[in-house]
Amino acid sequence: MAAPLLETRGLRVKYGNVEALHGIDLAVHAGEIVTLLGANGAGKSTTLRAISGLLRPSGGEIYFDGRPADGTPAHERVRLGIAQAPEGRRIFGTLTVQENLDLGAFTRTDRDGIAASQAWIHRLFPVLEARRAQLAGTLSGGEQQMLAIGRALMAKPRVLLLDEPSLGLAPLLVKSIFRTLRTINEEAGVTVVLVEQNARAALKLAHRAYVMEVGRIVLEGPAAELASDPKVQAAYLGGKARG
Amino acid sequence: MPNRTMTRGLGIAYAIAAAAVAAAPLALNAYWIDVLNSVGLYVLLALSLNLILGDAGLFNMGHAAFYAVGAYTSAILNTRLEIPILWTLPASALVAALFAALVARPVVHLRGDYLLVVTIGLGEIVRIALVNDVFGLTGGANGLFGISRPTIFGHRLTSRKPQEFLYLIWAFVAVTVFLFHRLEQSRFGRALNYLREDPIAAEGSGVNTARYRLLAFALGAAWAGMTGTLYAAKMTIISPESFGSWESVVIFLMVILGGAGSIPGVMLGAALVVILPELFRGFASARLLVFGLVMMVMMVFRPQGLLPYRLLRFKESDLRRAEDAP
Repeated sequence: MAAPLLETRGLRVKYGNVEALHGIDLAVHAGEIVTLLGANGAGKSTTLRAISGLLRPSGGEIYFDGRPADGTPAHERVRLGIAQAPEGRRIFGTLTVQENLDLGAFTRTDRDGIAASQAWIHRLFPVLEARRAQLAGTLSGGEQQMLAIGRALMAKPRVLLLDEPSLGLAPLLVKSIFRTLRTINEEAGVTVVLVEQNARAALKLAHRAYVMEVGRIVLEGPAAELASDPKVQAAYLGGKARG
Repeated sequence: MPNRTMTRGLGIAYAIAAAAVAAAPLALNAYWIDVLNSVGLYVLLALSLNLILGDAGLFNMGHAAFYAVGAYTSAILNTRLEIPILWTLPASALVAALFAALVARPVVHLRGDYLLVVTIGLGEIVRIALVNDVFGLTGGANGLFGISRPTIFGHRLTSRKPQEFLYLIWAFVAVTVFLFHRLEQSRFGRALNYLREDPIAAEGSGVNTARYRLLAFALGAAWAGMTGTLYAAKMTIISPESFGSWESVVIFLMVILGGAGSIPGVMLGAALVVILPELFRGFASARLLVFGLVMMVMMVFRPQGLLPYRLLRFKESDLRRAEDAP
């Protein structure tokens, strides 16, 4: 297999004196959907924030496209091709849907390319087109999540980092958003790193998965394999009876 | 972007205001003309702080420091090197901007209330430095005097005709309002709005937040510095007491009262804060008390300011369109 598109080696992050990540080794290949699973506090979001540059690691390395990305500030990583839809969506409630999407393309200057990205995002999430002039704060939770994903896609990323896109959403909406994620991956070849608590949905979508526990990776493998692993079933899929 | 561009209504409001200011010398006595001059200067200060506080969301309670740096730069250049006062405008803008960039660089990442405390300190340091006659240039507590009157096309403005300063100051206001509206719609303006609303999301979307914060500080300071030049030209005497922390508080108040981030709002805020205490002169010694009460009532019932940048609200048409969506 070719060299991974995104790789972390021995990634460590500290909050004050407390180490939250004790050396994370991740390898994500171009075109993959990879999911990070784990309980609250396992360090999934921390890993994602270190990759996007919003947190400064205390040790280890991050490589993107074969080059070290550790010294690159967060806003420059967007230019490299790493975009994220952060936890809690963080959309701009007092700006319109359109203005939120415009922010996503802040690093780009190719007008035609931006217009094409926007047309594609409107096709993926038609409701964003219908509500383009509306203030984003008046959207429903699901629509806000779509906007957060759309905003990240406006940067035309090679890797899309998603932090808990299913949080607080109705099961039907989760299904619809995950279906769209697959489309994004298959149509545009966007590599996806997905942090999720909804392990069942995430394993169904992803090609490979990592399971994290208190700042370490304890298990990794193809998603289908992990889904049938009795340990994973017991811990994350609600026991054998329902797995 | 519906609410952000200059609407026709706003254009008409500006035209009426401009006509009113232009015609003011026909209707008002010299005292009120001077009040209008004061309004103009505070409009400029409030608009310059609005870039930092309103657009970028950085709590700067030391804005008078940049005003002082500009005024003193012009006064020193004029009294020592005899450079005509209006020619010192670019110099005072540049010195104030560099000073702001220098002092803001280490603190600009601080969150709201912490930055507020630091900038209060900055304002005091500058004032005390001026009182202590730094570099032997600022004349200590007495300040600098003998600043020459501005000359425009060979015509010398004098204090006996305050309407001449009225036109000078308000012409500068007009240029500023035009430029700042343009700025608001530029990439720079958008970046400031994003980072005010959510710096983490902005940084995560590719906005270099540190750089834009610093630029906002530098540009706001440059404009405050040029306002300092106009002030020095008008007064011919400047002293540290004109640039105390009360000035910073008043300018801050104008921005918050009028509606942070909104150019017409901030202008209205400046006008009210200058004019209301004048109208309350009938209350004699209680006028500041009345003024304070008005401010408190205002903050309780309309915390977003008189003319806010934007209100969060539903529009019926949005709902209908969204329901029709697939």
